[in-house]
Amino acid sequence: MSKHHVTTTINGEPMEYLCEAQQSMLDVLRDELGLTGSKEGCSSGDCGACTIICDGDIVCSCLMLGVEAEGRAITTIEGIADGDKLHPVQQKFLEHAALQCGFCTPGYIVAAKALLDQNLNPTEEEARYWLAGNLCRCTGYDKILRAVMDAAEVMRAEAGK
Amino acid sequence: MPRVNYEAPTSVEDAVKILAGASGMAKVLSGGTDLLVQLRSGRIKPDLIVDTKRIPGLIGIREEGGFFVIGAASPGVMLSGHAGLEHAWPGIVEGADLIGSTQIQGRASLAGNLCNASPAADSVPAVIAARSTVVIAGPGGRREAPAEAICTGPGRTSLEKGEFIVEFKIPKPKPHQCDAYLRFIPRTEMDIAVVGCGTNVTLDAGGTCVDARVVLGAVAPTTVIVEDAAKALIGHKLDEATLAALDKAAQAACKPISDKRGTIEYRTKVAGVLARRTAAIAFERAAAR
Repeated sequence: MSKHHVTTTINGEPMEYLCEAQQSMLDVLRDELGLTGSKEGCSSGDCGACTIICDGDIVCSCLMLGVEAEGRAITTIEGIADGDKLHPVQQKFLEHAALQCGFCTPGYIVAAKALLDQNLNPTEEEARYWLAGNLCRCTGYDKILRAVMDAAEVMRAEAGK
Repeated sequence: MPRVNYEAPTSVEDAVKILAGASGMAKVLSGGTDLLVQLRSGRIKPDLIVDTKRIPGLIGIREEGGFFVIGAASPGVMLSGHAGLEHAWPGIVEGADLIGSTQIQGRASLAGNLCNASPAADSVPAVIAARSTVVIAGPGGRREAPAEAICTGPGRTSLEKGEFIVEFKIPKPKPHQCDAYLRFIPRTEMDIAVVGCGTNVTLDAGGTCVDARVVLGAVAPTTVIVEDAAKALIGHKLDEATLAALDKAAQAACKPISDKRGTIEYRTKVAGVLARRTAAIAFERAAAR
């Protein structure tokens, strides 16, 4: 079986790669492109550790094939910070110590960033439901929620809202 | 994952040709949230995956005549983001929106949920309750079928080799018609229905039910249209006697299994409760329009 040639955009950069049909987007990111920030947890769409943004919507990259990225715009955890400047969600995760082992953190940050991109003023309940597909076995979720709500406040202030 | 071939046709005709001509097992890919899990676990071993998302119209919602026409591969996030559909059929949108997490909503489709053929599929009862049809493309051309004709048992569909669902046609509500969907799970999110119930009612100006469809999920090998539950509602307002008759009819239609999610007795009881609750919501919504 020949490999598929895929032309796509990852973190704002045009990207081309070869992959086999059965390779997941997560496999392509980690094994072909060296973008190892997205993590493999459950491989069944339950844990959210592999969360990426595909054309504006968050998806589990373990449940997407690498060939499906043709012509799409993908954002991974590696594309969230602006150079050395952390995204407010990243900064607040640090300040609130919203991580322990850190394995789930990339998925949380990508999912939370996508939430705040479309809703700068979520209620805590909305944030909890939005993040229900991300599992964390260390923090008990409370610090994560506090970090996300605090990041929303920072982003509202930056946006002058 | 095991090796597999992949095609992404850009027309319905090409997709049919590829599916019909496949020598081994060919699977249709829309959102992939069930397919890729089954592929990885080894539960299915397809030789070919046919991605339908590059076909124009397979993703998108349009209003055509008296129908909402929903592309088969439209993800959940597109349904919940469509103000017209949500206003017309809040129950259909509620059902679709209950499937999985935000990440799953970014991919999971109506056709995938229907063709995965789980009796617990959350989007299916309200879609059937609205008397929706599906447009199926195949080697013999296009045909339409009621949504309830697709799933024939757990994991099994009536689709023939080379056939796939192109779109859903959901009739727009009549005056004083509306729906509701509820599922019972022992938590608040991210679970599979113990019981699901979609109820669709049409009232007259005085609030008496003139038409109804009550559809139960997860209580039999396929979704169940409960004719006796509809009969219990038609000709009545939603008083205590009507609710009791509805509850009894819903329970009588159950042929569930006992598993880790619930026993036969529990599922049967909950089916009656959800029939009553969805009827109450659907009546209130229908009366308000």
